[in-house]
Amino acid sequence: MLDALGIASVDELFKDIPESVRINGLTLPAGISEAEVVAKVRKVLGANKTPEKLPSFLGAGIYDHFIPAAVRAIQSRSEFYTSYTPYQPEISQGVLQALFEYQSMMCELTGMDAANTSMYDWATALGEAALMAHRIHGGKEFVVGRAMGRERLQVLRSYASGVGLKIKMVEFDANTGQLDLDMLKSQVGPDTCGVYFENPNFFGVFEEKVDEIRSLVPSVLVVGANPLSLAITKPPGEYGADIVIGEGQGLGNPPSYGGPLLGVFAVKKEHIRAMPGRIIGMTNDAKGKRAFCMTLQTREQHIRRQKATSNICTNEALVSIASTAYIAVLGGRGLRKLAVENMTAARDLARNINHLRRFKAPMFKSAHFNEFTVRSKIPYSRVHRELLRRGLHGGLSLEDRFPELGHVALFATTDVHGENERERIIKALGAIE
Amino acid sequence: MKYRQAYFDEPLLFEKFDGETEPLPEGLVPKALERKSLELPNIPENDVVRHFVRLSEMSFGIDTGFYPLGSCTMKYNPKFTEELAALPEASRIHPCQDESTVQGALRLMYELQQMLRSIAGMDAVTLQPAAGAAGEFTGLLLAKAYHEDRGEQRTQVIVPDTAHGTNFASAAMAGYEVVEIPSKEGLVDLDALKTALNSKTLAFMLTNPNTLGIFEPEILEIADTVHDSGALIYYDGANLNAIMGKTSPGRMNFDIVHFNLHKTFATPHGGGGPGAGPVGVKEPLESYLPVPAIRQDGNEFKLDYDKPKTIGKVHSWYGNFGMFVRAYAYILRMGGDGLTKASERAVLNANYLRFRLQKVLDLPYQELRKHEFVLSCAKLKERGLRAADVAKRLMDFGFHPPTVYFPHLVDEALMIEPTETESKETLDSFADAIDEILAESPDVLKSAPHNTAVSRVDEVLAARNPILSWRMWQEQKKAGGEKPQ
Repeated sequence: MLDALGIASVDELFKDIPESVRINGLTLPAGISEAEVVAKVRKVLGANKTPEKLPSFLGAGIYDHFIPAAVRAIQSRSEFYTSYTPYQPEISQGVLQALFEYQSMMCELTGMDAANTSMYDWATALGEAALMAHRIHGGKEFVVGRAMGRERLQVLRSYASGVGLKIKMVEFDANTGQLDLDMLKSQVGPDTCGVYFENPNFFGVFEEKVDEIRSLVPSVLVVGANPLSLAITKPPGEYGADIVIGEGQGLGNPPSYGGPLLGVFAVKKEHIRAMPGRIIGMTNDAKGKRAFCMTLQTREQHIRRQKATSNICTNEALVSIASTAYIAVLGGRGLRKLAVENMTAARDLARNINHLRRFKAPMFKSAHFNEFTVRSKIPYSRVHRELLRRGLHGGLSLEDRFPELGHVALFATTDVHGENERERIIKALGAIE
Repeated sequence: MKYRQAYFDEPLLFEKFDGETEPLPEGLVPKALERKSLELPNIPENDVVRHFVRLSEMSFGIDTGFYPLGSCTMKYNPKFTEELAALPEASRIHPCQDESTVQGALRLMYELQQMLRSIAGMDAVTLQPAAGAAGEFTGLLLAKAYHEDRGEQRTQVIVPDTAHGTNFASAAMAGYEVVEIPSKEGLVDLDALKTALNSKTLAFMLTNPNTLGIFEPEILEIADTVHDSGALIYYDGANLNAIMGKTSPGRMNFDIVHFNLHKTFATPHGGGGPGAGPVGVKEPLESYLPVPAIRQDGNEFKLDYDKPKTIGKVHSWYGNFGMFVRAYAYILRMGGDGLTKASERAVLNANYLRFRLQKVLDLPYQELRKHEFVLSCAKLKERGLRAADVAKRLMDFGFHPPTVYFPHLVDEALMIEPTETESKETLDSFADAIDEILAESPDVLKSAPHNTAVSRVDEVLAARNPILSWRMWQEQKKAGGEKPQ
């Protein structure tokens, strides 16, 4: 190739980089063999404790569900995972159909008409939903229920800062853990572009007065949900949500220390042109065969630039495909059974913990999905250390997030727990002095 | 090489719905919220696997063939990094775990930050942004915090006309007015930049080499000019694959840079994602980086949330950790020498292919390119052909088309980035295919592709009559009217 280019060395191809900015190679160590890298990375990662060694009751939006091997087999098809965004539909029909099926599944779960192929995670989906509510309504205030993850609120603030959206909070009822409707009434006004609440909320509590909430929201209603819960609960589309978001990681994807995740984003038909992100549509090819392609691209950054609905380009498409495969493998019936099992297991675990002398669970008098609050009579940090010492990882401490609740932690249980793990945690909590 | 993609008349999963919904146990779900039916299919696992295997055969990845998508750096994705990311020690750990139980993850992230710092010549790195565009948005929030901390309210971001679309969109999302400046001979026009810069300028966003694959030789003057106005200069790292070990954003006096781990560091692109878009900064911006920072304290690693000046968060947790594992392993495997060689080969491959193709298509601006180049198909218009026709026909030869119609300043653009992981044989076969295509009758091109799963897709119909889900399709079928098969 050098001969064809008429040059003696590859250095001549870099002669346009001025001496004043040149560096002479990188200061990183020299490369090592694949075997050496594998050994090294395994050693580094070996310092992590997985649930196999340390059963964990953490949730807070990220759930460790059992993943059937077929899901990984499908996701590992390299035509899927080594492909780029399907800009050329003729050669990408498989990826496009899989993503269309993903959108369709999210629509069925949420009761919405349209979904995009993904946002980065639940938190950025919330940020984008707030911006979209602002685009639709024009108001400069966005009202949110406080019973949500701190991380989501922080990301929402980052996204809202650009257009100067003001975030207003609505407290939860101290007794039920549900949205304080009187406060919602007082926080909503003519400049409110949208209202956001979670169902189930951060405490695992179901909001039951959904029709009343809808009636109090004069603008865009955004609902956040664990998609698994939607297999057995009323889809937010049926109680008037305009946008439904959530974290799709739990649908067939491991926690991966918090990423990659899957921001679910679904909307009502009248809002599709205000949506962010990639969207797949059904159409025909030149011979009249059914075909799929990316559509409504005039909303997107590569066409509309600064007038785009979002800057998102790379998203989480492979996670969406894995979630589609997961739902397909479980089937609609399997998904409902799983949701019932998780909810029942959480209810039973809470009851058993509640029988212990030093603990109350759940602290809110409401129906819960797959997680619940545990209040202890001693600082939770001590409980946490005691559990670690016994080879168990308890729930997430809420002492710094919701200091007014006292010594409280959020516990989740999923299908990766057997009776053994649940019995161990009950026993360990019971043994704490 | 001629190519024939598989085609299956594969139904949608929803077309197999059997009407069955699992009943709920009495009294579990509150009455007001109980869901009566769930219309998702129930299909035997064997059939589910066949469905997706067929779909995969109607898809095209780097493992299928050459993928010279300009600015996307579609290099080979090593297999061992996939295995490492799938280890339970990487995949089954939870982001809220006690720090003492995730020391491996924290060490890996800390060391990856050090590696990226060193490659880019920057002082500090955050791994949090989940993709390149998220990195741009983060970078602009950092610039905003930096200026506001100095009591300055700036309102404009300057972007050259060659920039990626995300630059414009990220600036708008961060709340800034976008000022676009025209380029001159494919390079930043220093006079235009000077005219655009003023006390309202937050930052100038630039990629170097730019999207034409041309290195900006006046980069130090550009950076000085930007700094003289009090603004910051942002490096879009999409094209970093051209310069590793030769120069660095830090050396070119950039203040902020984002990396695309899914481009430069060989993590797969997954049909659209996940990627990862870490951000590096010079020391004066470090205190604004997102929380948490990862600190080393003796032999222990910690998450530090105590950063009073932080911009906050841009992702729920720490970013796309699964991608960090892959990129970390890739960088260890390559080493400093290997990464430098990767950039050399990427540039050699691009220039060799440029040399072959400029004989048959026009190459605007100078000859010497870095990792990519842009050809114009404008002269094909007299035969009634467009860049898209060449792109569509390339699929019949088993090649993924290059990026088309970008950058906008080149008429009928084909933007080609071969990457370092392609052999001369592949580059030659691609150039041969273009030679052959240009000699074909226009009708063959205009009706292409012929060998893919479907023929040319009606994107206009898709946009005019949006069918975005099974539900929307069912409604349309009921309503009658214009619809696909």
